[in-house]
Amino acid sequence: MSKTRVVITGLGATTPLGGDVSSTWEGLLAGRSGAQRLTDEWVQNLAVQIAAPAAVEPTEVIERVKARRLDRNAQFAVVAAREAWADSGLEDSGLDKERLGVAVASGIGGLHTTLANYDALLQNPRRVSPLAIPMLMPNSSAAYVSLEFGAKAGVHTPVSACASGNEAIALGLDQIRLGRADVVLAGGTEGAIMALPLAAFGMMQALSKRNDEPEKASRPWDVDRDGFLLGEGAGILVLESYEHAKARGAKIYAELAGAGISADGHDIAQPDPTGSGARRAMERALAEGDLTPADIFHINAHATSTPQGDIAESLAIRQALGKEADHAIATAPKSMIGHLLGAAGAVESIATVLALQNRVSPPTINVDKLDDQIELDVATEQRKLPDGDIAALNNSFGFGGHNAAIAFKTV
Amino acid sequence: MASTEEIRSSLAEIVNEIAGIPVEDVQLDKSFTDDLDVDSLSMVEVVVAAEEKFDVKIPDDEVKNLKTVGDAVAFIERAQNG
Repeated sequence: MSKTRVVITGLGATTPLGGDVSSTWEGLLAGRSGAQRLTDEWVQNLAVQIAAPAAVEPTEVIERVKARRLDRNAQFAVVAAREAWADSGLEDSGLDKERLGVAVASGIGGLHTTLANYDALLQNPRRVSPLAIPMLMPNSSAAYVSLEFGAKAGVHTPVSACASGNEAIALGLDQIRLGRADVVLAGGTEGAIMALPLAAFGMMQALSKRNDEPEKASRPWDVDRDGFLLGEGAGILVLESYEHAKARGAKIYAELAGAGISADGHDIAQPDPTGSGARRAMERALAEGDLTPADIFHINAHATSTPQGDIAESLAIRQALGKEADHAIATAPKSMIGHLLGAAGAVESIATVLALQNRVSPPTINVDKLDDQIELDVATEQRKLPDGDIAALNNSFGFGGHNAAIAFKTV
Repeated sequence: MASTEEIRSSLAEIVNEIAGIPVEDVQLDKSFTDDLDVDSLSMVEVVVAAEEKFDVKIPDDEVKNLKTVGDAVAFIERAQNG
């Protein structure tokens, strides 16, 4: 049975580099860091005082009354989804909304709402908002995206920590290939730059403590990396069956060729040091996309800037692609935007799609001295990608041992 | 003691803050649900905000009787005088 072809027909993002896709992409190409030293009062006692906040506050974009009913998490998702929807041209296409699905992931969910309402509860239980549950539930962002556009096919929220965004794209791909939808708004969102996550990730020794040099903190593959930088924002992609897109004359960015999902089965927080789980995810994405390692010219790595994780992924890429890894350019957007947790896979899938479309790999910043255990062709400046039919991988891995790799190809 | 108009005006600000309804639309004869499109969860928020603003108790059982802005203003007036 031949697989339904699925293509990308719309993109939307709000990130530490910009409030939309074009400003984010320009920032990535320019090697700009979104990192900052935080100055909020709540950060003063924390060991880690740096992060990559969203460049544009979502409350400046969303109508006031609507914004107050949305957790920050859902605000980012709605902003990105509106851009993707407008970009796709679906509004006036006569799309049957019963064929429109949603898959919007989050790693942590509506934590702002949870914490604010817990504070209110301690003062007076009647101050707890009647909207607290619909705002804090993990599926809130996906639900609000579906309400925004009247989506009436399945509305889903995969939760797999930092693999969530890619898993949402994989789930969206499945929905179309299973014939359950013609179009799926898929991606991820996260708004977790708050004291609790910074303290908790900090206690795990997962975060960079480079407080005095925030822009140097996220340095995937560099020998002096010391952990990740927490970012926030959202990315949404419009996934559409090729037939549906073709019939309405849609603009097509790239083809979503395949997805590969695996689990490490190793540890709740540490990556499998052999990289075998990550390798299987990439191999499965290639197989599902009818691709071979020879087709891969660009790898958007998970590369969070943690000492162990970056090495395990490098091993995995070498195992998955073999000798063909030599012609695959590796890049790490987290060096600039930080780690957007449940949104990371989605925002970086957008970067991957744009890399294929524009035939350019964005740089990885802060690689002053490449760790000699990293056997990848790392883009430290913009690198041109070859003409012709080429493909790319985007990796995301999450606490819990979740691995999700997505394969895109040029159309 | 606040006048009827003062209570209506303060309540209108609360309804505007929570539901985005223009303050001038929040008149005594208007139904919260039918005219002002205030949904049930927003109505709970309005009630709690009004309790704090006017220093009164509005029991949950009473909320269903507050169909119009005038009903709410009258309840608040009675509660303040009581």
